[in-house]
Amino acid sequence: MDTQALLERQSFIELDARSRAKQLLDAGTFSELLDPFERVRSPWLARQGIVTQADDGTVVARGELDGQPAVVLAIDAGFQGGSMGEVSAAKIAGSLELAAEDNRNGIPMRAVILFETGGVRLQEANLGLAAIAEIHAAIVDLRRYQPVIGITAGPIGCYGGMSIAAGLCSYLIATREARLGLNGPTVIEQEAGIAEFDSRARPMIWSFTGGEQRHRTGLVDVYAADDAGAIRAAVIERFRAGRPEACRSECVAGFLQRLAEVDPEAQVTPQQAAAIYSKGFRS
Amino acid sequence: MSTQELSKRGAVWLDALTYSAPLQAGYPPSVRVVDARLGEHPARFIAVVPDPDNAFPRARSGEVGLIEGWEIARAVREVIDADAGREDHDKRAIVAVIDVASQAYGRREEAYGIHQALAGAADAYASARLAGHPVIGLIVGRAMSGAFLAHGYQANRLIALADSQVMVHAMGKESAARVTLRSVADLEAFTARVPPMAYDIDNYASLGLLWKLLSVRNADAPNGADQSAVEKALQEAFDEIRADPSRGLGSRLGSAHRASSVTVRRKLREQWR
Repeated sequence: MDTQALLERQSFIELDARSRAKQLLDAGTFSELLDPFERVRSPWLARQGIVTQADDGTVVARGELDGQPAVVLAIDAGFQGGSMGEVSAAKIAGSLELAAEDNRNGIPMRAVILFETGGVRLQEANLGLAAIAEIHAAIVDLRRYQPVIGITAGPIGCYGGMSIAAGLCSYLIATREARLGLNGPTVIEQEAGIAEFDSRARPMIWSFTGGEQRHRTGLVDVYAADDAGAIRAAVIERFRAGRPEACRSECVAGFLQRLAEVDPEAQVTPQQAAAIYSKGFRS
Repeated sequence: MSTQELSKRGAVWLDALTYSAPLQAGYPPSVRVVDARLGEHPARFIAVVPDPDNAFPRARSGEVGLIEGWEIARAVREVIDADAGREDHDKRAIVAVIDVASQAYGRREEAYGIHQALAGAADAYASARLAGHPVIGLIVGRAMSGAFLAHGYQANRLIALADSQVMVHAMGKESAARVTLRSVADLEAFTARVPPMAYDIDNYASLGLLWKLLSVRNADAPNGADQSAVEKALQEAFDEIRADPSRGLGSRLGSAHRASSVTVRRKLREQWR
């Protein structure tokens, strides 16, 4: 990228959740539902002495994308690590449920989810987990009508139950900065020991779970530059492509076939994972 | 977790509820699949059980790992595919017998996309529910975090045994304390005041996510009465699912502790147009 292009580029990662949603939607179509002035906050954080946020860390943006009705669900990395509490997760699940209902009524509502989240907000533990199950249910439902597109840009990436949600999306877009994985490095280290996973070894963590490796291993569809225009273009291109023949989470035989090629006794390298998974999952 | 004795509950309840019917061939030892009956209706029962010889070292204690996730998906999708041409009232029930310690924590697991394996399993259960299969989750032991999301949380109805070893949670106590920068003692103090943070099944039941909490005499070795009680509950859940026009998870929103979940949905609907 030359200097001029770099200067003109709008970084996506540097934008907050609300601005990301605005950048993705067609110009002038953004309108926020359940905005911060509604003040629907977490009912559980205050009683633990934790400061709440007026939107609970999730932005629900309605508008148009490529001229079609769309909802963008943007998670705010800056509040509680983008974690899913009762309210923030219900904003996502409830919106996806309404989008599916729209489709059943002939309105081709589409959804984009901006995953910037560590997963369940542990201070609301079981209600976060339950709500994530509802997000899963809603993605699988809506995906039958329209592609559901997930984006993880960084800096947090996408973890925990929300990485499963990402795995349910029709298409996934990731940048180099993003990570996608089930278990956070600290938790793996706590549960399995530092020899299994060193939570301070950033290059190792990115080498397995970073956006570039996830694209190399076929676990994300689009490896995007940190450029809001390029990410919006990728989203539009995928919506125009329509629903995939099979979503990644439906490729059961393909994944089992690839896993049969893995030597589970030996510790893995990023190269081995890429060599096996880059063969694809269509059986 | 590794020092704990391996739980036999999943295997014990699976065997009891299926009257020792044979396991379906072709599945790994950690995923037990049995075709039996739920009352008069044919049903597929699925349990994840510990396998000390599991080729993946981090998935030997009843965790849901890479193989387990995708094999659950295969077991569920076999039913969906086989019944695809049938009328709704003829679609087989699927019962997830749940005693899952956690998801597998390991480098191999992350490298090969364990999140995607669990998505495969969750997708299969959700798709079965949407296709009209009655899906019931029966929690007989631990239902932890990602493992529960993959194995059971997509069910139309959830039933749990009222027993001190039955628990649902997002993360083990030590890890949850570390991630939230608290001591385990502080974490436990909060769980007493904040129901969704608690680890016991009674607090979980107060969240309204369970369709039924069942008392049994012996959750480790069910007697005849215990077995009958669970069979009766499964049958009632089955009948209720069949009578319910909804194929979603809306029946979980009734508790006062989920008032905010309802408020958010109501306001979204008001503002949606």
